[in-house]
Amino acid sequence: MTATATRPPAPPTSRPPRPPRVISFSQRLSRWDLKVSPYLYISPFFIMFAVVGLFPIAFTAVISFMDWDLVRNSGQFIGFDQYAWILGQPQFWTALRNTFSIFLFSAVPQLIAAIFIAAMLDRNIRAKTFWRMGVLVPFVMAPVAVALIFSNMFGDNHGLVNNILTDVGLPAIQWHKDAFWSHVAIATMVNFRWTGYNTLILLAAMQAIPRDYYEAATVDGAGAFRQFRSITLPSLKPTLIFVIITATIGGLQIFDEPRMFDQFGRGGAAQQWLTITLYLYDIGWGQWNFGRAAALAWILFLIILIIGLINLLVTRRLVRDEGRR
Amino acid sequence: MKLSRRTKAIAAIASAASIAIIATGCSSPSDSGGGDGKVELTVATFNDFGYSDELLQEYMDENPNVTIVHNRAATSNDARANYFQKLGKEGLADIEAVEVDWFTEAMEYSDLLAEVPEDAKGRWLDWKEAAATDGEGRLVGFGTDVGPQGICYRSDLFAAAGLPTDRTEVAALLEGDWDNFFNVADQYKAATGKPFIDSANSVLQGIVNQLETAYEEPDGTAVATENADIQDAYNTVVERAVPISAYAGQWSDDWFASMANGEFAAMLCPGWMHGVISGSAPEVAGWDVADVFPGGGGNWGGSYLTVPADGKNVDEALKLADWLTAPEQQVKAFVNAGTFPSQAAAYEDEGLTAFTNEYFNDAPTGEIGINRAEAVTVATFKGPKFFQFHDALQNAVTRVFDGVEDQQTSWNTWVTEVGAF
Repeated sequence: MTATATRPPAPPTSRPPRPPRVISFSQRLSRWDLKVSPYLYISPFFIMFAVVGLFPIAFTAVISFMDWDLVRNSGQFIGFDQYAWILGQPQFWTALRNTFSIFLFSAVPQLIAAIFIAAMLDRNIRAKTFWRMGVLVPFVMAPVAVALIFSNMFGDNHGLVNNILTDVGLPAIQWHKDAFWSHVAIATMVNFRWTGYNTLILLAAMQAIPRDYYEAATVDGAGAFRQFRSITLPSLKPTLIFVIITATIGGLQIFDEPRMFDQFGRGGAAQQWLTITLYLYDIGWGQWNFGRAAALAWILFLIILIIGLINLLVTRRLVRDEGRR
Repeated sequence: MKLSRRTKAIAAIASAASIAIIATGCSSPSDSGGGDGKVELTVATFNDFGYSDELLQEYMDENPNVTIVHNRAATSNDARANYFQKLGKEGLADIEAVEVDWFTEAMEYSDLLAEVPEDAKGRWLDWKEAAATDGEGRLVGFGTDVGPQGICYRSDLFAAAGLPTDRTEVAALLEGDWDNFFNVADQYKAATGKPFIDSANSVLQGIVNQLETAYEEPDGTAVATENADIQDAYNTVVERAVPISAYAGQWSDDWFASMANGEFAAMLCPGWMHGVISGSAPEVAGWDVADVFPGGGGNWGGSYLTVPADGKNVDEALKLADWLTAPEQQVKAFVNAGTFPSQAAAYEDEGLTAFTNEYFNDAPTGEIGINRAEAVTVATFKGPKFFQFHDALQNAVTRVFDGVEDQQTSWNTWVTEVGAF
């Protein structure tokens, strides 16, 4: 900036040609500063991304076409065989089903609960900060710790939940045998952890809604539920989209909870709660087959990409809706 | 050595495949001393090998130029991940412990491991040594402990079912083949209505470990699905063991809780299981050990020490591994941690022969272990994929136990599954 500001005015053109002007080093530095600095400032992110993001992604792609030996650090090129193997595995499709099933069991009740709790916290209650911090406490707990505690609660024979059920005369639930109930149990852990987080985000969005709307609605005679439906929910749309997208990405990568759900961490004897990341981990670190694991990693990447694109399209449509209103 | 399965917390943190691939490039090589003859040796073990500081100090006193640094990983799974990420590269300790579960995987890379010195050979039980010898006849593992299996039983529950309670009488009762064992189990179940043993998969483990050939031939061909012995083992376990078992597999929270409350009366019991039982049910008085195992001897578990061939102090490391796995030291390790020695000479040692376990009604567990170890006659050939095959078959048994699939469907599922290995 300084270089241009202090440059002397251009000499009149009638003068005889002058020997080329010698630019001092500091001036030259200043010019570089102007041109290069912005890129330098943003470069750390891109360098880091190239090293820890782009390179592994590309290298994983390379390995996914190979029969890779981790110890000898070498492999043999075999084309798309690993992808074909993965897609031919019934376990893969079970894992895909489980991943989406657990995602639905966790995301839907979680968002409904989060909206409800946020709406309650948005009212005039005593000790606001206490309650608001309270909903975030589960989020602070380490996922593995949460999973350990819940695994104990969901024990088939000596678990807390089944003890209560049998005490009141109901049949015990086979948490580790029935796919449906194992998904419910795992989704419960996810919900326990993430409901509070989503509540706070939605609460922040609710507080940004101008209070005048509610006052006007009250004057018009709208009840609390009508106000919630016609004012709160529509105003929450953009925030809800954000929450849904983050929940989708997190849901498709669910790992800790199913891994800690039994003592083996491999998704159950009949793959009842095997998720895609769990399957990937088992192929990689259980069977040391990094070629297949890499192929599965890329398949997961593509799945997330497709879901992301769908999300994007939905988002765009909804945002346009906003504009028209 | 099996306790490890329970705590997988650390394993759960690892996630993307790519990170580990990069991480292989990093390393923290163990520093060795300068040229003044001083050597620093690193020893990496997991759980508890019984190598106490006092034991290691003994070696340092005898060899003043050596300093030993002992790193203990929490679980055998952590050690496994670390081992294969660094083997053949940099960053492994001078001496690395390997558990028998993943030892077959390590044997695929036996060329990257230093050979056991000639004068140490012949120290171990034959089958222990045979399992650590590769196709070219190189012995690459120093055996530490073994898991000779006896039968642990609750004498109070046996009495209630009208079975004998004295350990020699129980041994006489269960002496014989698996069929006899299941008959006694049926008798117990008929008398009490409760399961006889803890888990069906421990029976599968016991039977498979008595086969010469399990899932793979030594030349690498997979015979799992055609092997009639395996199909027999599966059918026997499903038909006879499942009905008399409390659980499908071991190590679940339920299983640990059941040890104290008398859900079952007996367990197949390697030496290291004694500590698991006494630790999970400290206030129960009835546990005892019988010197018997159905169908002959059986071994479950045990470990080896290996010396990576590209280490900085291979010669010194070999000397230390040699010393650590010598009978005298292994008996001390047994007293420290209950790891049962795999060295034939240790079985003459007073420290082992005279050992009794107070928790198990003062059973002479040292003497019983020796008898059980000597009863092992078969060394099952375990190829590199043994663990995968066996794990999948255990899942098949679990599916039947859980009622998810019937006997034939579950077998077919297993056949399809292992066909893709």
